[in-house]
Amino acid sequence: MPHPFHIVVCAGIVPDPLQTLEPVNSPNGPGIKNEMLLPAVLDPWAASALYEAAHLAASNPGSKVWLVSLGPKAKLQQLMMTVAQKASFELVAIDGPIGGFTDAGATAAALAEAIDAIAGLDKTRLLLFGGWESATRGAGVTLQIVGERLGIADQFQGVDRIEVREDGSFEVLERIEGGKHQVSICAGAPAVLGWATGNLPEPRNNPQVGMANMRTIMPALQKAKAVALDPKGLRYISVSLPSQQRATRVVKDLTPDEIADELVAWIGAE
Amino acid sequence: MESILVLTHCDESGTALSKGSLEAVTAAKELAARLGATWTIGIVGSNPELAAQALSSAGAPIRVVSGEAFAQPRFASDSAACEAICRAAQPTIVLAPHSSRFARIMAAVAHRIDGSIDTHIAAIGGAEGVEAGRWFYRQRMEAVLTRASRPWFLLLDAGTHVAYSGETGTVATEQVAVELPALRTTVSGTRSPQQGGAGTIRPDAKLLFVAGAGWTKKQPDGQTHVEKAGELILQFLSTSGASLGSSKSLVDQGGEGNAVLPFLTHLNQVGQTGSTPRHPKGLATCCHGEEPHVVGWRFIGERRAISLDPNCGWARGKADVVYIADAFQVVARLNALLAERS
Repeated sequence: MPHPFHIVVCAGIVPDPLQTLEPVNSPNGPGIKNEMLLPAVLDPWAASALYEAAHLAASNPGSKVWLVSLGPKAKLQQLMMTVAQKASFELVAIDGPIGGFTDAGATAAALAEAIDAIAGLDKTRLLLFGGWESATRGAGVTLQIVGERLGIADQFQGVDRIEVREDGSFEVLERIEGGKHQVSICAGAPAVLGWATGNLPEPRNNPQVGMANMRTIMPALQKAKAVALDPKGLRYISVSLPSQQRATRVVKDLTPDEIADELVAWIGAE
Repeated sequence: MESILVLTHCDESGTALSKGSLEAVTAAKELAARLGATWTIGIVGSNPELAAQALSSAGAPIRVVSGEAFAQPRFASDSAACEAICRAAQPTIVLAPHSSRFARIMAAVAHRIDGSIDTHIAAIGGAEGVEAGRWFYRQRMEAVLTRASRPWFLLLDAGTHVAYSGETGTVATEQVAVELPALRTTVSGTRSPQQGGAGTIRPDAKLLFVAGAGWTKKQPDGQTHVEKAGELILQFLSTSGASLGSSKSLVDQGGEGNAVLPFLTHLNQVGQTGSTPRHPKGLATCCHGEEPHVVGWRFIGERRAISLDPNCGWARGKADVVYIADAFQVVARLNALLAERS
């Protein structure tokens, strides 16, 4: 028996992981040098959440997916050109600053307000998805607070799998210490699920899905509400790059046997 | 004056504190001594009175939340327990371990008592106030921050403090009452993704062996040898006791239907969307020079790599030693030598 869910995915924008990042100071606090010019991607763990949401919606007819994203409008528009081809969703855009140095609580407040205002969202069927941590702040805080603000009493973090049962309850696998999963059964929606990598590969680009999404993306961007994020007393004393540079010894002239001998001695050494 | 609360939880046994909790106790004790602040300890678990005996000489009052409902980690019960302890203790600073159990709930608890939270704290310092050091952008930048608002929650990364160790004895504890909400989630236990030690990263291993996508690429004979690669890697793990990590590209190949090493899962991933392990030694094989891979290796102690590319951008400046060689040949020989020794 299908269980139609209303799935809201919170996903931020992060610099492409292949870019070199350099911190800079500004009157508003630390930031990333040329941040607006750097190629950006959807936050990787949140992207997993989006793909899992699309898969879950497809397996449960009547479900709907919203993607809620906070970032500068121009950056969001640029990113949506690719993200929109991956999965069907309706965009809820919030025009605000990006970066890891903002306060997670303030970001959560803006996201919760936007989700609260989604027309037609049935909170009894709500599954709030997102990454368990971001690739910027990496705090694992935002989604939890959004869940609290929306009054959701069941939360799961580091999720790798959700399996919906006949009665609408679902089994959740969460990452815990020792490389294990904690197995829980939740009675059903509403719930918060902060995703780790999940089990789905990145979907191939589908231009038809992209065209369908674009009909709602452009209006969503046009009416994106501008927000300012309250730092809540947060002050940075320093932000710097780690100065770890190793004097690498490149060994080109040893045979495999000689290398193995050297490695065995190294592995055995305390 | 600051008032410090260290929130802790029992381990799987329910009668002892987790290692991360003991580390947080050390951090709280040190911070309280430095600031001249008062400090208290909170424990959540099925039988925290027993666990509290290990803290009998810590010199701080202990509040506990106990009962079967708190035996297993669960958002609704754990958050209610920690909220109750916080309301009873009225702290300005809350320290807690960044365990999966507390990472799941502590932001929600901070929100409930109108607090702020910072997680993955790697260091606590400051001459007069409290300053916290943590990493940003997946270990690519380090920052020191402070907050004027209170209460301020700080979740401490594992291994950043020595685990508290003191005399064990009877100790008075104060039971904190908790009004539990309706529990809609039941925890049925834990599950290992794969048996045999290859399906995940084991933090207790002395060596992390990282397999890159090169293992599944065409070899000098123009063919791929994925099966052989799998045999070599598994034999190495067995004879060396190493833990297995992998690059995202290699793990993703499985989801895309390509030839793969069947024992790899996403739990083996290191880097941008994986873990950042802290093994004393790391050996990378057939890995490409990707920045995410550097991110994954930030906290590995001694690093060596086997690569066919002498100009590998990842290896230079990041590894201590790079062997320009065929990993198939080297690992086969390594396995033979390690087998002789065992």
